[in-house]
Amino acid sequence: MSLLEVRFVGDGDALEHIVDKQEDVQGSHSSVQRLVTLRSEAERSSREDGAGLSELHYVQALGTDDGEECVAAGGGGASMFTFQTVKRANRMAQMASELARTPVRSVTFRTTPDPSGPAHNGCKSENRTPQKGRKVQFVSTTPHRLRKRLSDPSLRSDSDSELSPSDSGGEEEDDDDEEDRVNQSSTPSKPPATALYKTPAKKSKTAPEPPSQASLVEEYFEAHGSSKFLTSDRTLQRLHTPKLDRETLFRLLEGKPACYSAEIEKLHSSHHEHFNKWMLQLQLGYSVLLYGLGSKKALLEEFRVSLLCQEMHLVVNGFFPSITLKSILTALSAELLEHQGTFRNPADQLQYITTTLREQPDLHVYLLIHNIDGPMLRGEKTQNALGQLASLPNLHLVASIDHINAPLVWDQCKLSQFNWLWWECVCFQRYVEETSYENSLLVQQTGALALSSLTHVLRSLTANARGIFKLLVEFQLENKDNSSYTGLSFQDFYQRCREAFLVNSDLTLRTQLTEFRDHKLIRTRKGADGVEYLLVAVDTSTLTDFLEKEVE
Amino acid sequence: MTSSVSKGCFVFKPSAKKRRKTPTVEDYFTHGSEDTENSKLRFRNYQILWEKMKADTELLQDELNRKILDSLLAFIRKSVSTFQRGTDDWASRMRAHEIPTAALVLGVNVPDHDMTFQCLSDQLQQSVTPFVVSVQATECAALNNMMQRVLERLMGTSVSVGNEEEPEQRSTNVNQKRVHCSLITLCNWYKAVTKKAASGTPSKKRTSVGKDMQQHPPIVVIFKDLEAFNSRVLQDFILICSRYVEQLPLMFVFGIATSPSTIQHMLPHSVSSLLCIELFQSLSCTQHLASVIDKVILTSQFPFKPSGKVLQVLVSIFLYHDFSVRNFIKGLQLALLEHFHSQPLSVLCCKKEAALVHATELSHRDVERLQQLPSFMRYVEEQGPQEQVELLTSDDHVKEVCQKLLNDLHKYHKNYYPILRCLHILTSSLPKYPLGKQIRELHISCLEKNVWENEEYASAMQLLRMMAKDELTSALKMCAEILKPGKTTKMRAALLQLDNLLAKFDQPDDLAAAENAAGEDLTSRGKGLQKKTDLFQLQKTLLEMKKSRRTKKMSQFEILRDQALEFIDSLVRSHLAPPESQPLYEVCYYSSSAVLRRHLNATPRTSIQTALSNPYHYLKNENLLAEDGTVSNAAPDICIVYKLHLECGRLINLYDWLEAYATVVSAAEGMDPDSADFGKVDELKHARFIQAVSELEFLGFIKSTKQKTDHVSRLTWGGC
Repeated sequence: MSLLEVRFVGDGDALEHIVDKQEDVQGSHSSVQRLVTLRSEAERSSREDGAGLSELHYVQALGTDDGEECVAAGGGGASMFTFQTVKRANRMAQMASELARTPVRSVTFRTTPDPSGPAHNGCKSENRTPQKGRKVQFVSTTPHRLRKRLSDPSLRSDSDSELSPSDSGGEEEDDDDEEDRVNQSSTPSKPPATALYKTPAKKSKTAPEPPSQASLVEEYFEAHGSSKFLTSDRTLQRLHTPKLDRETLFRLLEGKPACYSAEIEKLHSSHHEHFNKWMLQLQLGYSVLLYGLGSKKALLEEFRVSLLCQEMHLVVNGFFPSITLKSILTALSAELLEHQGTFRNPADQLQYITTTLREQPDLHVYLLIHNIDGPMLRGEKTQNALGQLASLPNLHLVASIDHINAPLVWDQCKLSQFNWLWWECVCFQRYVEETSYENSLLVQQTGALALSSLTHVLRSLTANARGIFKLLVEFQLENKDNSSYTGLSFQDFYQRCREAFLVNSDLTLRTQLTEFRDHKLIRTRKGADGVEYLLVAVDTSTLTDFLEKEVE
Repeated sequence: MTSSVSKGCFVFKPSAKKRRKTPTVEDYFTHGSEDTENSKLRFRNYQILWEKMKADTELLQDELNRKILDSLLAFIRKSVSTFQRGTDDWASRMRAHEIPTAALVLGVNVPDHDMTFQCLSDQLQQSVTPFVVSVQATECAALNNMMQRVLERLMGTSVSVGNEEEPEQRSTNVNQKRVHCSLITLCNWYKAVTKKAASGTPSKKRTSVGKDMQQHPPIVVIFKDLEAFNSRVLQDFILICSRYVEQLPLMFVFGIATSPSTIQHMLPHSVSSLLCIELFQSLSCTQHLASVIDKVILTSQFPFKPSGKVLQVLVSIFLYHDFSVRNFIKGLQLALLEHFHSQPLSVLCCKKEAALVHATELSHRDVERLQQLPSFMRYVEEQGPQEQVELLTSDDHVKEVCQKLLNDLHKYHKNYYPILRCLHILTSSLPKYPLGKQIRELHISCLEKNVWENEEYASAMQLLRMMAKDELTSALKMCAEILKPGKTTKMRAALLQLDNLLAKFDQPDDLAAAENAAGEDLTSRGKGLQKKTDLFQLQKTLLEMKKSRRTKKMSQFEILRDQALEFIDSLVRSHLAPPESQPLYEVCYYSSSAVLRRHLNATPRTSIQTALSNPYHYLKNENLLAEDGTVSNAAPDICIVYKLHLECGRLINLYDWLEAYATVVSAAEGMDPDSADFGKVDELKHARFIQAVSELEFLGFIKSTKQKTDHVSRLTWGGC
């Protein structure tokens, strides 16, 4: 038991036994700590003094020193456009526990001696009890940790051992897990430590400016100097349900009641009051541009229904992944202006629309673009064309933006063509439709689309071709557990096809393969030996489904 | 419905019969106001004012452009005549191979250029040649497009580019005359047209133009934005044109936004040597702005006035963002619109006569509004008790007083602007410009508070007291010029007094001799200084000289100067009071600078980040209140996810992120922190997290990365 006691005392004492340089180590710790706090101090002061001052000048110059405005601006751009700073790896967990603590319901885990920090609860494996595990691991890991310490004394953070720039294998991950536990045991002791170090830092606040400036520079280079990124190696595979598919996601989100619906409704109705003003401004030659957090689609839809139903109008979903300028122009020329025939290029089409609208000044067309900053509309040419449309006196444009860098799409020339009036419409609505198209990496792609396209293409092919493809699929499924499988080599494939009486020459096979390649069913890759390898570019589960269907 | 997975455009056409009368602009303006008549009147006021303002600024633009356009026209005429005549001497023969080119440097405010070019081509068509064509870079992506545009616009017919490949296209367009796109076509066309013109009507309308000009009017091609052109295309075009220059009197105008050296950057010597370039520099945009402000704002002609802050916002947008006069005018239009839309009493903001009529027609509600104006209340407090009662009870009396006050306000403006100009003339020549170099700066400081209480004003006055005679008199003479057209009695009195002062200045003063004596005295002492002396001695003499100068009796000129300056000071004090001091100033002055800035110079990213980091600011729910820099855990999911991501470096581990998120949300749901389920990721939390993360991705804060499994990379810094 006494042995256990000694181990519990902590690293500092252990170090003393080994290195006999406790003073030094402590000193270096504290200096590092102080440096860190001083940095944040410096950062704040520099924000207030340096950048803040010039910001202030500018804001004053713009004549908006009214208090309300400043609050809205959150102190202007100085806090928004800062340099990258050094972030410790476990900051997010700390923040989470802080956030969990602060609010309405206070969570008192600080007082509980239970070492399992709230942030790490989820990763705790069930098969070991924490107490037991800790004892064992302390014995085993301390030397390892010490080694780390000695090799890297400048970093005080005890979590750095879990930060490795590379993906580590399973074994090492276990190691990480153990260390996590160690971290957790030391977490409760951390807040007092930082509190202790904060006082000297506060004193040093009176230190002259230059050092803070210098440390700002240092900080910048520290943040940008190394290409390593310190993040933990845990992956989403640890979750019980690694990926949700889209349907489940929607089902789950629909079941969840929206929070603050009353307030959001209030915001919504406050924007509602401006509808007539928008119309007025549109009539006077301005274009209306909405910005602010939250989906503005519902708002614009309401605007459309309440005020535009008497007018000719066109709604464009800019977030739609395959929207093109051509489709917008065609909708305008063919459907609204009823032009029969085709155009050689978008420029001609635009020319036609422009002249037609100029000839009929009484014809008012309203163009409603959700997300004019959408990925397909961002292009210079598209924006130019839209700008030319917007500059027509009888085409009225209402649009919304969401991307934080959206205003960069327009230069002075385009801005003057659009003639925007900006309206802040913070809606706090979820971007349900806007994000539904995105291939989020968290969402499981069902592959239903891929499967149906596969069957459709194959149905149009000859029996032999289907046989060839099936051969390839079967071979790939046989090798699905082989992680180094790169594909079936062409020669091999040819051999197999011959044996199955599917092709009679090298050339016929190649023709078939071209067919597949054109439909993006297979991929070829040159191996290291120069041989061509063939691979079906569809994931395994879809292939299994496909084979099952084929058998039926 | 406007959502679909297969379509991005939705067309809505109302059926013709269902269509009712669509509301007009006026209807939208009057919508939501209880007094329709009043707002209709206001809208009419707005329209009248805006039309006038627009016409005035356009006129001004024309005037300002006239000088440069005149020289440009002269250049074009001259080069035409050399093209016609000079075939005898070698130099002009060499010159004949070059294409005359005018490089027009217009400045970086590209949006303003359109008007200049419009003006230029109009004038060219009126006085020089009917063949003017302007092209933009956007329509000339390739050489054939460029040729097509030029030919189309010149010949007024459609031109096919590659007619061999599309026989069916041709057959469908039989009615439209299509010609082959080349300069030979253009040459033939030009010959035909000029021959017809020469044989046909001997044109009388263009008598001022030289005879050969009639026969061979030049073809002017205007390149609106030279910098944006593809240099390859431009080179080819110039090379081709230079081959035809003997048959076609071609001429180019380059619109340049940056500097003339662009031509050298874009065109190699072999090409630029084919051009005979002359440079023209347009008026700078700041001068342009100054004259617009002078014409539209610093005048009593327009009853609408922007307040100091509004003007400052507009000028700052101009100086910090775009240098575009057009945008400045657009901002002014918005201010005008907002003023008439938001201020019901702006019905009185029109020409004096009309305003007086409107004042008699005020409704009871309007009178109440009038009585609630802070400036009117201040006025009431200054009156005697009897009058006060009347002002608060009798509508008719209020209307009468209102008329009187409106008259006063008009008079105030009539006095204000001349005096402002006088003060500006006196102070604008002072070193370091204590009251601003531009008159708009002086105007803004006068609008904000009593200008004579400024330190800068005091120092300016001090400097003026040191002015030499000739400078001062010339400045005062200019002031007199300004005061001359003034019609108010006060202005006439001021002019009289100023003339008196000037006359006194001009008197060959009898004290000139005394001054001379003093001067001699000084020079003799100066001579004394030239003698060899030690430092102490020098100091002593200098001190003595200073003392003697101080004690010296003031000369006649100095007395006069002080008089003049006191007179100016009194004028300033009586006429340059800020408008807030005038009753009913709210009728004319628009002061919501924040509204203007929000609409014209918005900061969308700030708004998004404020909403994310401080949702209370928008949602106003008590649960969201948190101390500085943090977010309550009851905040919407996206705010929590955003806050957590701020704590990360360049890469974010999704798993850790999800865990942290689950912890926060569990706490917000009120789960017991000791329970085993605390912070556990269930399906719903996972789904909410996914949604929030994809929203952040949509907003552009993060993007997916392949650098490491299950990581995303962060795209912004700061924003805490």
